[in-house]
Amino acid sequence: MFRVLSVLVMLLLAAPAQSSDPVLIGVYMPITGNVAAFGQMCWSAIEVARKMQPEVLGRPVQLKLVDTKSDKVESANAVSRLIEKEKVVAILGETISSNTIAGSDHAERRKIPMVSPTATNPIVTQGKKYVFRVCFIDTEQGLVGAKMAQDRLGAKTAALIYDISQDYCVGLANFFKKEFTKAGGKIPVEIKFRTGDRDFTPQLSLIKETKPDVIYAPIYYTELALIARQAREMGLNVPIVAGDGAQAPELIELGGKAVENIFFSAHFHEDMVNTERGKKYLELYKKETGKELDSFGAMGADAYFILLDAIERAGATDPQKIREALVATKNFEGVSGKISIKEDGNAVKAIVINKVKNGNFVYVTTINP
Amino acid sequence: MDYSFAIQQVVFGLTLGCLYGLLAIGYTMVYGVLRLINFAHGDLLMVSAYIAFFGVVMFHLPWPAALAVSIILTAVLGILIDRGAYKPIRRGPRISALITAIGVSFLLENLGIVLIGGRPKSFPIPGCFEGSIEVGAVRIPVLSVWVLLVTLALLTFVVFIVLRTRVGMAMRALSRDMDTVRLMGVDVDRVISFTFAVGSALAAAGGIMWCIKYPALEPFMGVIPGLKAFVAAVLGGIGNVLGAALGGMILGVAEIIIVAAHPEWSGYRDAIAFCVLIVILLTRPTGIMGEKLPD
Repeated sequence: MFRVLSVLVMLLLAAPAQSSDPVLIGVYMPITGNVAAFGQMCWSAIEVARKMQPEVLGRPVQLKLVDTKSDKVESANAVSRLIEKEKVVAILGETISSNTIAGSDHAERRKIPMVSPTATNPIVTQGKKYVFRVCFIDTEQGLVGAKMAQDRLGAKTAALIYDISQDYCVGLANFFKKEFTKAGGKIPVEIKFRTGDRDFTPQLSLIKETKPDVIYAPIYYTELALIARQAREMGLNVPIVAGDGAQAPELIELGGKAVENIFFSAHFHEDMVNTERGKKYLELYKKETGKELDSFGAMGADAYFILLDAIERAGATDPQKIREALVATKNFEGVSGKISIKEDGNAVKAIVINKVKNGNFVYVTTINP
Repeated sequence: MDYSFAIQQVVFGLTLGCLYGLLAIGYTMVYGVLRLINFAHGDLLMVSAYIAFFGVVMFHLPWPAALAVSIILTAVLGILIDRGAYKPIRRGPRISALITAIGVSFLLENLGIVLIGGRPKSFPIPGCFEGSIEVGAVRIPVLSVWVLLVTLALLTFVVFIVLRTRVGMAMRALSRDMDTVRLMGVDVDRVISFTFAVGSALAAAGGIMWCIKYPALEPFMGVIPGLKAFVAAVLGGIGNVLGAALGGMILGVAEIIIVAAHPEWSGYRDAIAFCVLIVILLTRPTGIMGEKLPD
């Protein structure tokens, strides 16, 4: 409470300085394309977060959005445009791993701090000094997925199906495989496809032949919804476990009854909000958008709040100082719970398990780091 | 791979193949008459799907009405595209028309992004397409039967138009020599418009069947089916209606069988389709059924 009050007091004190230059923060997100849902949810949440905390260092915050079209090359171009043309002091984005990896090289070279809300592949931050994330990484998520399959669903065999053109999918599938086989499980079949594929009938027939206890599908929502539909249509009714890429309203809209009871590891669920900031933000988000807050939105808001907190503590918009302040983030009370950032740029954050029930995402449990 | 598994894959392959074939027929008709590869054909699929979607979801039209509206509007759009984009350069070099077609394709896709947004929408599926029939160990989705029937019906319809009607005769003549046909007093522009209308209506029918099978609507949804239909049309011998349908079937079955037999190759599925195209072009440049319209 004291923190919130002190922020409010600071905002009041800072009011006269409004005329000074804005602090420019770049945002690159997939507003169109294959994972547009992630970018749109994240962006609308970041805009609400800016309404809640519109100033830093007594200067107004100005956001510059660039659409990446869910594409790697566009992502790299977006970052270089934000840095060179818009002259931003820090960058938020991207939402998916492949695009963040493509974009982060530019940020690293120009030494501009970048915070990704939801890119979970370990490579995103590897060997980089200026790239950060506020979410867990896929080694942890793979372990949670394997445990979910083994303990919750009692699975001894798991079929894997994933998208080989996405770093997130390939990484998470491998981490799951490692943990699942380490715990004594078997992977009878491993099936691949590419982003944009719409027909999965031969792949699913092969899975059906091996009669697995569970299907692990660490893929994005559109493909997951279509796979679930086609699987159920051909009488393949085994439980499906997925990762954080499943959580978009489109999963339920496109998947309908077929996606019922899909379990997935995620960043957030509304029902787990327990911080002051979270409650206040949730209220504002509902008022502004009239929608429920989803994972990608919550993480976008947290990336924004953590970046602003770091700029505030750095006392300047100097990239080096922002970096130092970012790695010093300890137990930040974000919308999605407590988040710390380590020296390597990765975050310490709880993993949430959600499932689809009666056409809604339902909170199951939280697994603390 | 046992017996029933293989038959099951052929069923899936034929379903996909019919969808490719349906689109390829429209592709090939326009090519046959104008020698123009209409790259916007795949995007007409997208437009028709959105029209049907908005018809059902926003205007609460009954399903058959939405279907009819979608097919009619897409046919009109096909005529408008021809009048606006292709007619002014009819006398220009063929490469200009090709580039214009690609431009129209990009225009439709990006209009979709601007007007509707990039997030996928769910296509409402009428109940009569759900469920499946079990024959022994093989499961035949009801939808597959529908797709096959629709494709065969439309194929017959197109072949009838081309071979048995006056306008079909004009189309065949036009594909040989446009100037002579014009001298004979045939209204060439009307025949071309008619061709575009039929081609686009076929794209609309294919688009709606495609969406019932894969109910995720987004502005770029027509790109891959469009390319595959193009491969199918070339495979069967571009310009030949029966060849296009056959090419679609071959492509669909080949894709499914290859993935089922070699799951480790499934990531290269599209690459396989285009390799098939290259091999065909090298060994039989005019495709399986030659280049001529059926005489």
